[in-house]
Amino acid sequence: MEWQFRADAPIYTQLCEQLTLAIVSGVFGPGERLPAVRELAVDAGVNPNTMQRALSELERNGLVYTQRTAGRFVTEDFARIEREQQRLAETRAREFLDAMEKLGYDHAGTVDLLEQMRGEQML
Amino acid sequence: MSSILECKALHKRYGTKEALRGIDLALEPGRIIGLLGPNGSGKTTLIKLACGLLTPTGGEILIDGKKPSKETKAIVSYLPERMALPTWMTAKQAIDYYQDFYADFRRYAAEDMLEKLGLEETQTIRSMSKGMREKLQLILVMSRGAKLYLLDEPIGGVDPATRDYILKTIIGNYSEDATVLISTHLISDVEPVLDEVVFLKEGSIMLHRSVDDIRESEGKSVDELFRQVFAY
Repeated sequence: MEWQFRADAPIYTQLCEQLTLAIVSGVFGPGERLPAVRELAVDAGVNPNTMQRALSELERNGLVYTQRTAGRFVTEDFARIEREQQRLAETRAREFLDAMEKLGYDHAGTVDLLEQMRGEQML
Repeated sequence: MSSILECKALHKRYGTKEALRGIDLALEPGRIIGLLGPNGSGKTTLIKLACGLLTPTGGEILIDGKKPSKETKAIVSYLPERMALPTWMTAKQAIDYYQDFYADFRRYAAEDMLEKLGLEETQTIRSMSKGMREKLQLILVMSRGAKLYLLDEPIGGVDPATRDYILKTIIGNYSEDATVLISTHLISDVEPVLDEVVFLKEGSIMLHRSVDDIRESEGKSVDELFRQVFAY
């Protein structure tokens, strides 16, 4: 997995975001067993306690669960994963619309542009 | 929780030069801590005091509640700033040497890391590149099942890929519940592996906080905060 960290936010929240993205995009599929905390930490090049904190947060959100001795698994609840996907997609869409607004396109203008591009088979 | 390393009004003077000006510090078990400061701020002095290589001018320093001694050396794994092994040794002889000295040495871990690195056991230290020497020395230090690892500039003077290797070797191999103290001024490189940071300035502690605390409340990285605090 590719990990990247920005300077302006806590590392653990960024780990939460990137792990969530990995689950939504199927890098870690539903019901799949996650690597051990230390292994994930080494892969990401981060502190194991910080990785542990991020995984606990995902557990609170119901995206992963722990089985006492077997380890940590991605939820098998597809609906839960889809909800997360929708939430991420909405966030990205809002970011895109904000960027377009800075270019002088209001939301209707952006939608028009997208439709025009689809018409010209640029999408 | 009892501290693995504790300093109380710790002073160190070299002649008329004050290297440490009365430091109070307590480090808990199970953390990776960055000891950050410019050159000459007292980082190496603090680490050498913790190893028992120097004696305090005033105050005291305790390792797991005890003054530095033979007993504390058994639980402290120290990486000196400069290579301390004779260069005629081979990698295997260096491993034998560490095994003879330290009851907590995990030979299998050392051999496993050497193999992954592709380092021949029969190669002498003299014939190794600087980066390879640094890696070998780090492997020896991290192969101990210590309670406290004191790493003095483990990533100074090596290329970025070697830095990455060294940091991953540290997080992948320190024993659970041990504390790792890493001194460096290459902050952006070590920042993601740290729980907390201690800023040293001219022999005094300026700040001791968790990395994510700093990022959350200041909205900037430790690296940026450091540049601000130590700006000329």
